[in-house]
Amino acid sequence: MVNRLVLQNLLHRPIRTLLSVVAVGVEITLILTVVGLSQGLLEEASRRNRGVGADIIVRPSTTQAAMGLSSAELSEKLVEKFASMPRVSMATGTTVYMLTNYLTTITGVDMDAFSRMSGGLKYLAGGPFEQPFDAVIDQVWAEQRKLQVGQSMELWNRQFRVAGIVEPGKLSRIFIPLTTMQDLLGWRGKLGQIYIKLKNPDETPAVIDELKALLPGYNIFSMAEFTSLFSINNIAGLSTFIRVIIGLAVTIGFLVVMLSMYTAILERTREIGILKSLGASQFYIIGIVIRETFLLALLGIGVGILFSFGAQGIIQHRFPILVVSLHRDWWFYAGLIAVGGAMLGALYPAVRAARQDPIAALAYE
Amino acid sequence: MMPFIIDIADLHKTYHLGRVRVPALRGVSLTVEPGEFLAIVGPSGSGKSTLFHIIGGLTPPTSGHVRIDGLDLAEMSDAGRTRMRQRTVGFVFQKFNLLPTLTAAENIGIARDIAGNNDFDRLQFDNIISLLGIGDRLHHKPFALSGGEQQRVAIARALANHPKILLADEPTGNLDTANSQAVLDVLKDLNGRLGQTTLMITHNPDAADFCAHRIVHMKDGKIV
Repeated sequence: MVNRLVLQNLLHRPIRTLLSVVAVGVEITLILTVVGLSQGLLEEASRRNRGVGADIIVRPSTTQAAMGLSSAELSEKLVEKFASMPRVSMATGTTVYMLTNYLTTITGVDMDAFSRMSGGLKYLAGGPFEQPFDAVIDQVWAEQRKLQVGQSMELWNRQFRVAGIVEPGKLSRIFIPLTTMQDLLGWRGKLGQIYIKLKNPDETPAVIDELKALLPGYNIFSMAEFTSLFSINNIAGLSTFIRVIIGLAVTIGFLVVMLSMYTAILERTREIGILKSLGASQFYIIGIVIRETFLLALLGIGVGILFSFGAQGIIQHRFPILVVSLHRDWWFYAGLIAVGGAMLGALYPAVRAARQDPIAALAYE
Repeated sequence: MMPFIIDIADLHKTYHLGRVRVPALRGVSLTVEPGEFLAIVGPSGSGKSTLFHIIGGLTPPTSGHVRIDGLDLAEMSDAGRTRMRQRTVGFVFQKFNLLPTLTAAENIGIARDIAGNNDFDRLQFDNIISLLGIGDRLHHKPFALSGGEQQRVAIARALANHPKILLADEPTGNLDTANSQAVLDVLKDLNGRLGQTTLMITHNPDAADFCAHRIVHMKDGKIV
């Protein structure tokens, strides 16, 4: 019966109920979208690194975090040295430059070596570099920047011709010749990282030990380990940023639910008096408010999940390079956070309702 | 001799409005026997509603002795008074006080839900509904019921947990003459059939004369 009362209370004020549900929904959407965007970008970067086809990556000792962009401090001579190791099939180096405005990178590659290691890029249009100022871009970047083969794109105040458009999924979205990037950025003879492919991938741990002995202090990982580091907790500041967004989202949900339930309690003062005259205990009254809030939160979670799919669609339509990955485990976490925030918001109105004097409440007009 | 179901001696109740003390009851003494229909008649401000609220456990007395069905209200906590309202007393108000979002049946059902009353006598309850003449109005919400129908639903709700005492505060105050008489008929009839003690507050001496076994008059917080 009390559930019937809760449901009828929500239906009695549909606009207030709708606004509360939407507010919780926005809270859920905010959490799922920010987390999904972070995870999506990391998963995409991880997937593209796996697409290189290497077994080991060597990065400079000065790289702060495993996930940080390598400065070009590795000697190019190391490529030959690694390639000459008996258990190594091949090695190739790259340089990377971050396009901060677009959250993507330009990679300088030795295209022949990179193609041999990765199995080659799959060209959807055009072909590999023919000139020093040629670029190969992936389909996502081409769509994002509306570029076609033969058109120009500007990098470091230089015009690069789009030589080819490839399927996404291998290392980078923008490739330019390694030597061109080294020349333009003053990195001649230097590399950001070196990828190593082994004759037998089972020997990866042994080769890593050998390389660590050879280059103490360098960041040397198996590709499996390296790609596993693409997580929110390994990016400096990202988990803090996400916590701040979650905090803001919870605050929005908390305030809206608190305001909504507070006005509901004020409006239902007389009804609370009636319930008390019938013998409703303080816990019974609190239970009604809490159940009502829980139902609002559940509806809000459902709406928020739907909204987050909408947000995913809009973001990926407008910004194809951004990947929003909506993980189901985060539906649960975001739901838990929203329910917690809503319950906190309902607590004061619930206690206030429970403590109302029945005579004063019955006299309320 | 049967013990009194309501036994009040030297009851005082003082309200505090800011720094002002407002004495509402000034030494009320009253006893009521089980099954008795008592009417309390008096003008506005005479203290009859305050007496009603104290007997119903809605507010504690300031001083004095109040025993309801053997329970001493002065010793009772807020939770104890809440439990008393669930099973021992049933209220009928002037303004009906039905929950507007629930149907008549649900308004009656929620009283049972609050009391945790799952073993009520269905047959007896159906008889009451039949006596009240609201059998075909149970699935309507209050806004779709006339004043008389709403008050009869409120009476059914008050009786839902078979309380020993029915407290009616100006039950005909918001009704026209025909509906007032119908409600008085029902209250008198139910008192005779169910044998529960009924206290009715009214300012209408004719209504009191019609229903009550005994009438007490109140003025200025005292029984006169």
